[in-house]
Amino acid sequence: MSQARIPGPLLALAAAGLLLFLVPLAALIVRAPWDQVGPELVAPETTTALGLSLFCSLTATALALILGVPLALLLSRTTGTVRAVLRALTTLPMVLPPVVGGVALLLAFGRRGLAGAPLYTAFGIQIPFSTAAAVIAETFVAMPFLVIAVEGGLRALDHRYEESARALGAGAWKVFARVTLPLLRPAIFSGAVLCWARALGEFGATITFAGNLPGRTQTVPLAVYVALETKAEGAIVLSLILLAVSLAILVGLRDRWLGA
Amino acid sequence: MEAPDLYASGAVRLSYAGSQTLASQLLQGAKADVFASADVEHMTAVEDAGLIDGTPQVFAHNRLEIAVAKGNPKNIRGLRDLSRKDLVVVLADPSVPAGKYAQEALAKAGATVKASSLELQVTGVLSKVALGEADAGIVYVSDVKTSGQVDGVPIPESENVIADYPIAILKGAPNLRLARSFVAYVLSSKGQAILEAAGFEKA
Repeated sequence: MSQARIPGPLLALAAAGLLLFLVPLAALIVRAPWDQVGPELVAPETTTALGLSLFCSLTATALALILGVPLALLLSRTTGTVRAVLRALTTLPMVLPPVVGGVALLLAFGRRGLAGAPLYTAFGIQIPFSTAAAVIAETFVAMPFLVIAVEGGLRALDHRYEESARALGAGAWKVFARVTLPLLRPAIFSGAVLCWARALGEFGATITFAGNLPGRTQTVPLAVYVALETKAEGAIVLSLILLAVSLAILVGLRDRWLGA
Repeated sequence: MEAPDLYASGAVRLSYAGSQTLASQLLQGAKADVFASADVEHMTAVEDAGLIDGTPQVFAHNRLEIAVAKGNPKNIRGLRDLSRKDLVVVLADPSVPAGKYAQEALAKAGATVKASSLELQVTGVLSKVALGEADAGIVYVSDVKTSGQVDGVPIPESENVIADYPIAILKGAPNLRLARSFVAYVLSSKGQAILEAAGFEKA
């Protein structure tokens, strides 16, 4: 054996940790009304929520990529206090209870919000209760995952490639687009996938900021909550669909990590 | 221990949530001594599952009111006004008692309302009106009274829905004696006075 053996006690703890994930998952699968999976899957409420969830989470991921990669670049180039402050700001949504995040978004982009009030008075734009609000909520909560991953990638980067490109006369934009970005591809990919998975499961900020309306703001996690109160089987089926999607993502990502 | 001292002693631990959440927690095997519900339906669900000791008793009533911004700037006078196009109206989801009652009241008034959101808790409706994101929402009279951040537009008797709040001791209650004295306290004139002060109607 080339690898060192894991000490017995650590192995036991690892098994306990694994069980914590496995038992609830198994419970969902065992309790699932399998005969209802088909009808539930094609029920209009399910397909509407699923479609909306996919749209919102993908749009949120795209937004996170557009805003998050430059943000990670900025983070990686700063040092000291500036970096500490920027970092804390970026990771805040990860530790903030999502419901509080939702309230903060309301206070910022609501009709009476800091940024929302001028929008409303000038153009009559109301962001809360719209699909845009659901996308904003998901981006707010999920983007830190992308930023952290990309920043990690940037810090691990061999900067000699960029220096060579610069020495050969490439401008800042060209170095970024032709050298930095291609080198960052694995980090961006894994960050985007994590960000997407987090956006897909978002609940608290969405219900608080965007509300709950089928077809407009009721994503799968919200539909699961409603179903849980009325017909538990529907909730389990919806949860399983979400689980299957998340699991597929994470298994796909594993190859990325181990392959690197 | 005498009932009035229950709070001071910290002997009563309260777990608040929408009735439907509490009912599903109990149905999934959560241990508790007393269950108080905002409607009869969820109490019946728990009773039908054989989890109730004795018979549930109604301990309070509540009725609906339209929550609006302070001073009622949009001049909302009744349920039929809620179908106005210039209003952002938020209701509780019909799976929540307050949402079910709201649908009943709107049907009585013959009003069709396009809600911007079907909130998962009545407090969600209240907070969205309080924050100014919604112009109106249908909540309980007690919510308006205790909030302080919204005004209430009364709904006439003929369109209103009276909510019954039942309370019951659960089978296998770990603290049966305490549970009995708590229920007795809620039903006593002292308990009823507290509920009345919070905007509920006496049982």
